[in-house]
Amino acid sequence: MHPSKDGKDLLRFITCGSVDDGKSTLIGRLLFDSQLLSDDQLSELRRDSRNRITGPEGVDFSLLVDGLMAEREQGITIDVAYRFFETAGRRYIVADTPGHEQYTRNMVTGASRAELALLLADARKGLLRQTKRHAQIAALMGIPRVILAVNKMDLVEFDAEVFKAISTEFSAFALTLGFTDVRSIPVSGLQGDNVLHRSANMPWFDGPILGEALEEAETHGAIGGPFRMPVQCVVRTDPDFRGYAGLVVGGSVAVGDEVSISPSRARSRVRRIVAFNGDLQQASTGQSVIICLADDVDVSRGDIVAAVDAGPIIADQFAAELIWMDEEPLYPGRSYALRLGTNAANASATEIGNIIDVETQAQIPAKQMRLNDIGHVKIAADRLIAFDTYRENRDMGGFILVDRLSNRTVGAGTIVHALRRGQNIQVQKFDIDRAIRADLKGQKPAVVWLTGLSGAGKSTIANIVEQRLTLQGRHCYILDGDNIRHGVNKDLGFTAADRVENIRRVAEIARLLADAGLIVVVSLISPFIRERAMAREIAGDIDFLEVFVDAPLAVCEARDPKHLYAKARAGAIVNFTGIDAPYESPPSPDLTLQTANATAESLAELLIAGLQQREIL
Amino acid sequence: MACGLPAKFLQADAGRTNMNHLDTLEAESIHILREAGACFENPVLLYSIGKDSSVLLHLARKAFAPAKPPFPLLHVDTTWKFREMIAFRDETARRLDLPLLVHVNEEGLRAGIDPIRSGSAVHTDVMKTQALRQILSAKRFDAAIGGARRDEEKSRAKERIFSHRTSSHRWDPKSQRPELWRLYNTRLAPGESMRVFPLSDWTELDVWTYVAREGIPVVPLYFAKERPVVRRQGAWIMVDDDRLPLEPGEVPEMRSVRFRTLGCYPLSGAVESSAATLDDIIAEMRTSRSSEREGRLIDSDQTASMEKKKQEGYF
Repeated sequence: MHPSKDGKDLLRFITCGSVDDGKSTLIGRLLFDSQLLSDDQLSELRRDSRNRITGPEGVDFSLLVDGLMAEREQGITIDVAYRFFETAGRRYIVADTPGHEQYTRNMVTGASRAELALLLADARKGLLRQTKRHAQIAALMGIPRVILAVNKMDLVEFDAEVFKAISTEFSAFALTLGFTDVRSIPVSGLQGDNVLHRSANMPWFDGPILGEALEEAETHGAIGGPFRMPVQCVVRTDPDFRGYAGLVVGGSVAVGDEVSISPSRARSRVRRIVAFNGDLQQASTGQSVIICLADDVDVSRGDIVAAVDAGPIIADQFAAELIWMDEEPLYPGRSYALRLGTNAANASATEIGNIIDVETQAQIPAKQMRLNDIGHVKIAADRLIAFDTYRENRDMGGFILVDRLSNRTVGAGTIVHALRRGQNIQVQKFDIDRAIRADLKGQKPAVVWLTGLSGAGKSTIANIVEQRLTLQGRHCYILDGDNIRHGVNKDLGFTAADRVENIRRVAEIARLLADAGLIVVVSLISPFIRERAMAREIAGDIDFLEVFVDAPLAVCEARDPKHLYAKARAGAIVNFTGIDAPYESPPSPDLTLQTANATAESLAELLIAGLQQREIL
Repeated sequence: MACGLPAKFLQADAGRTNMNHLDTLEAESIHILREAGACFENPVLLYSIGKDSSVLLHLARKAFAPAKPPFPLLHVDTTWKFREMIAFRDETARRLDLPLLVHVNEEGLRAGIDPIRSGSAVHTDVMKTQALRQILSAKRFDAAIGGARRDEEKSRAKERIFSHRTSSHRWDPKSQRPELWRLYNTRLAPGESMRVFPLSDWTELDVWTYVAREGIPVVPLYFAKERPVVRRQGAWIMVDDDRLPLEPGEVPEMRSVRFRTLGCYPLSGAVESSAATLDDIIAEMRTSRSSEREGRLIDSDQTASMEKKKQEGYF
């Protein structure tokens, strides 16, 4: 039951399904039948509808929703479009999402906030791979209700048996995915049967028609559950007002309630709940408010104000289901920017469990995730964060990963559970520190990171540098890529995923050795910009020098000291940098050594001069 | 066919808020405005004086009260706005005591660009699109918050709430960042910027019912009144000052008209109406058979013209 007029509530839903199932036409039909198309829109539509398949009104409704030029040209939907309509009891925001697999990221955008999925199937074709895939993604996004509209019933002569077969198959499939409410409705978007008007062509169908089903669907949200408010910003007016602004995403809170701040676990009481038109006594899910606390505790953006007796999980590692949305694959160990609620951290996947085959539900082991893969991963953040599982609270358990170089949104994940490992391991403090160890050696520790193609001269230069520094009484150590692969990293191959882990381990070892007081020279192809940036981060406050040992590929290949290029060209080695695997040149190295026309000795001198200039020597 | 299994993770209705859809839209817009205020170094609110800007400004005040919004207002003035708009703009900034920045493309002015002789396409490009790019670059604004809505136009319906712009202010509709939940990817490379649209999910009707509910002041041109108009291209154009050249035989006549959207007066078509109050306007809209953009002459040049303008940096 809905309150009338002003009391209309809001339901967000998505439409999805395979290409050509008629999604756009069905939405156009909803808009048309709820009389939300204006005369100028209709006359434009009629003009554009010439030479297209039209319903009794002479209009191709799909033109209404395919808004981008490329979409109209290709006759497909690329990006999610938002549409608005209302019925007697409800306002709706419809996200019309693309069917093509390559635009899955756009479907996910629409699905993330939907409370209901309207899935389409062509009555002539039944459930297709794409239909199942979309059901799977809708389930992953936590949409609890799904309606299957078996469309184009006019093309199967409104046959009850056709509908029954598809709806039976769908119910069985959908329930395995965990939907709580599954129903099927026979419709014709083109002609309007069972959309907002009950069809005279299908007297055998006595269930709710689409409009009724949408009106009756319950809206959810983490309305129950414990109180949660991620802090967006601190609002201050000098000298006395200090409040924490945020949207309540779970439960409710009242003045006087005791609350906890996560992740610091500080406690206080709600002194005031401030809104524009005056203070409130209580704030509930969905409201944007400002909370003032009784005590002077440290609260800032990214913190969670929560119920004191049922706070969020506080951890730095968790297991999640992840959808990968970028052409560049996900590699375990690579560092991404994580956003969860209003919190931001750096995070990487420590492990990819399995990739899910959407058709068969089979779990396939994998070392990387590619565009549109859905998989189970373990994520480690670089600090403690507060969250809930996605099942408990979408806003507290959904996160995105952003590529730190391109700033593209590359992954979307839902937290399944926290990983307790590592949580009880604290950093042990010892009395002898790096400064003391370095003083004893009379030197300043540093990491000198030589990157470049195989055969560019990294190891040769490293060797000379170490000799000269040793003669000067310095304590050095060379970490050589090949040598380390004989030991610590002998479990790793040369795929991009393994290279990322290879570099991470070398960077960690370099940090340990520098912490011991040594000047560490790393000689490693290290082909990726992102992982060299990670190595610098791992080094932390230790001086880090990125040195680009630069020689053209042709020169390296002519040198070919280890005969590897020849083997790679012959196809005997795969994933060889420069041949069939990429090398990303440093855009701004601390030092570049051009080795094509210089002696190794002179370049070693140049490097030593660089170290002196930076007062490392 | 309904299989109503108990929803384990949905605790039905406990602590449920009685929020109607306007309450929900308001709360979500405030959330977006706070994100914009918190995540960018130098945001600005594009204040174009119309009803949507009035609602946007009202929401921005709500979002940060009792403090003031942490961004100034910017109006890109083509010098062809209705006189009542300019008066309303200055009065609003004064009444609310908010910093207001007005930018005019002086180069365009010197080149003699105007909406009548140069044509609407050139005028819009030079005095609006280029002008906006000029001031955003000059002041190094990294986020421009605007009042555009998804129900206005087909390409807007596809745009993200946080919509990325390259360092040359271009929008690439084919590679928009996925935008999930309420998580906005606000990361920018140097020189890039973001357009932020807190009213994305509002409809024209929502805007008016909210204006009425909150008692938000709007420019009087939205209400029907006898005004001097001439008929051009099927629309009523108001003779707001003596810069509008009258065609031979054209005589302004007094008609009861109002505007559904406001812009440069020679490009804004009025509709005949007797709706003189907010209730009248809302009632009229519920029975209206035309869309608000019908009165905007800049849109009808070609199919998908808005998408092209937006790619070039138009708001």
